[in-house]
Amino acid sequence: MHWLFEPGFFSSQPVHTAFVIGTVAAIASGVVGVFTVLRGQSFAGHALTDVSTAGGSASFLLGISPLLGFVGFGLVGAGTIDAIGTQRVKGRDLATGIVLGAATGVAALLLYYDTIDSATTGATQTILFGSIFEIDPSTIPIVIAFCVIAIGIIAFLYRPLLLASTSNELAAARGIPVRLISLGFMAALAVAVGLSSLAIGAILSTTLLIGPAATALRLTNRTGLALITAAAIGVLVTWLGVLLAYDSYYWGSSQIAYPVSFFIVILTILAYLASGLPVLRNLTTRREQRRVL
Amino acid sequence: MIGADDTDAAGVPAEGEVLGVEGVSVALGGREILDRVTFSLAAGEFTGLIGANGAGKTTLIRVILGLQAPSAGTVRINGRNRGRWNRAIGYVPQKVQLDPDLPMRARDLVGLGLDGHRFGMPVPSAKRKALVDEMLAAVDAHDFADARVGTLSGGEQQRVLIAHALISRPRLLLLDEPLANLDLRSGQEIIALLHRIAVEHRIAVLLSAHEMNALLPVMDRVVYLADGRAAAGTTEQVIRTEVLSDLYGHHVEVLRLGGRILVVAGDADPGAGHHDHGPVRRAG
Amino acid sequence: MTNAWIAATIIAVIAGVVGFFVVLRGSAFPAHALPNSAFAGAAGANLLGINALIGLAAFAGAAAVSIATLGRRGRHDVATALALVLGLALGALFVSRSQEYENQLYSLLFGEVLGVSTTELLPVALLALASIAAIMFLFRPLLYSTVIPDIAEARGVSSHRIELAFLLVLAAATALTVPVVGALLIFSLMIGPPAAARSFTSRVALAIPLSVIIALITVWAAIAISYQTNWPIGFFVGTISALAYALGRGWAAWRVWDDRRAASFKG
Repeated sequence: MHWLFEPGFFSSQPVHTAFVIGTVAAIASGVVGVFTVLRGQSFAGHALTDVSTAGGSASFLLGISPLLGFVGFGLVGAGTIDAIGTQRVKGRDLATGIVLGAATGVAALLLYYDTIDSATTGATQTILFGSIFEIDPSTIPIVIAFCVIAIGIIAFLYRPLLLASTSNELAAARGIPVRLISLGFMAALAVAVGLSSLAIGAILSTTLLIGPAATALRLTNRTGLALITAAAIGVLVTWLGVLLAYDSYYWGSSQIAYPVSFFIVILTILAYLASGLPVLRNLTTRREQRRVL
Repeated sequence: MIGADDTDAAGVPAEGEVLGVEGVSVALGGREILDRVTFSLAAGEFTGLIGANGAGKTTLIRVILGLQAPSAGTVRINGRNRGRWNRAIGYVPQKVQLDPDLPMRARDLVGLGLDGHRFGMPVPSAKRKALVDEMLAAVDAHDFADARVGTLSGGEQQRVLIAHALISRPRLLLLDEPLANLDLRSGQEIIALLHRIAVEHRIAVLLSAHEMNALLPVMDRVVYLADGRAAAGTTEQVIRTEVLSDLYGHHVEVLRLGGRILVVAGDADPGAGHHDHGPVRRAG
Repeated sequence: MTNAWIAATIIAVIAGVVGFFVVLRGSAFPAHALPNSAFAGAAGANLLGINALIGLAAFAGAAAVSIATLGRRGRHDVATALALVLGLALGALFVSRSQEYENQLYSLLFGEVLGVSTTELLPVALLALASIAAIMFLFRPLLYSTVIPDIAEARGVSSHRIELAFLLVLAAATALTVPVVGALLIFSLMIGPPAAARSFTSRVALAIPLSVIIALITVWAAIAISYQTNWPIGFFVGTISALAYALGRGWAAWRVWDDRRAASFKG
């Protein structure tokens, strides 16, 4: 198996950390992601990765813990998006865009100060693209804790959230406090996204949030199954991505590794496209048609 | 094919046929949505396309509009087979989402009906404005002509959409469930308006509904759709126990009660429930 | 410095016109995704040593086609998200391979209006003219398909084709504006000012020019203040656009409240 696993793979400490953090982030993102896609809030999900990244830049400057920066900004952003958004999808996406634009502007300012403050070089790159191999292992317990919180919120809200995500009117008619549910979901989203942005960067965060969930939803109509499938796909592409990124250091003569984000994104997109193949679609829809009849 | 229609035996349309549907069948995903639907409409006739939800009304409308290809049969517009770009039809869809923030006045929306499909930018002219005003007057929409379309009530939006459909001088006006989201009074006003338009402008009006009682006073003809099969003719010809039972494939009873028509599921199962002409429950 | 003003003016006009339809169609997400893909193109062009504009246009165009094609069958917002992350990931890949300096990366993302040279202005102006011409050509069916897609479809205006055409114009607009205002910020200009404009007037014929005017004010103010404070122009674009949006929302809310008040008097 030497050709697959380059030397030092299994013994490398950064690889261990990368695996653990990546796995945890993939599971939480997959679970929250299914509801994000169901509710058509992919843009909000992505916007929050950028907003919490702005928080990351702020923490550099303000000297606060990055965790606080990422999750704090994320929660504020989530609350703002929810507050100023309108009921209709179009209006909601515009409000999201404005919040994202303003947050990005703030990030521009903060990063500007980071760059002229020469103590933090490469801040832009690190913050936006992350580096899963450079994570401090001591952050593992907190990352796990927050991801558990995010999943916990989803589990707690599961039934009313599912109903509200399918039909607001129906949920309201049943007496479900739709606004509160929406806020609760956004909080879970902010936590999951803030955590994964911190751990694996804004790009990966969005990818693991939307990609596996969308793929899972193409493969099955049952939400419970979709949640498990999304988490599984997320974990799989993460493992494979970490492996390939590690190996790529040894490819060719340049001794520069390809970024993890690149591999995970490619794998996620391949998975999504594969789920659209007629052979796979017939497999799942035929099964489900039979059950209905 | 059931029911009496005033075409001759060979199905050749009467003079001045505006819309001819001949043996149209549509099969989608293994299911037969429409089965050999045949009927003919002439200018000035007000026709109700009646059927429960899922009976195939919207599919039939899409076939007439050319948005759905039938697996069999033909559609004739003004005597000629329906081509791809036939624009002699004014269409009012079922649900139109208009943002309250949309910067478009009612008169602008009506103007789109004239040339919205052509490339390039609109050229304002006195003639164009006069035409738009004429249409707005025809539907009594003058009072809110300059208001944002997205802020109008359901009934008001309906009028604007009808004006929009009329401005291109179609011979057929096709409306998909126009009464669905209107209150009783607005619905009655729309029906009266449409009838007036049909008569005054010699336009064939075809509107779909799942409830025919509101249309009884003005309906010249009815196309009754059940499970994809159609019966066409006048109300007296079509809304009869034998005809509808044949159509549904099981016994239904047509009752006339105080000016209203009720179609009730078969007497074999007294507890099966009845409906004021809503979906008919199948026996077994 | 004059170049900066000229470039900014061109960008404001484009943002105002194209942004009008972005807002009407609710295409905020694609408007954010395309610049990010364009960014990857610029990084790639940099790697290959060719003109950045070619990379920008090619990648933005490819992203537009992907979104339109994938979005046809699947969910539109998912297709947009995937196109977005692919663009960013490719950008990350190219950047990692070229040992890009921090400043160049920063300016690609957040803009560097003061660095526009005269030779760069000509292709930008031409591309801008082409984009405006395209919008004018597509104007009626685009408006029709945006406002009442079902009826437009019945009259022969294909929603799918219009979506593809619009996204391609958006891609062109993106490619020409990214070098100046940055990949991450052009879309604020395409949302805030047009959203405000459509709240202030009920006529399309007035809303588009108004959208351009508000965008011009935003960009000019951003440049002026940025010049004075040395803070990045992107910060001001983002915040002033948000302000414009807020004013528009406020005005719309006041209008509704005022209408209700008038209606209740009528009884």
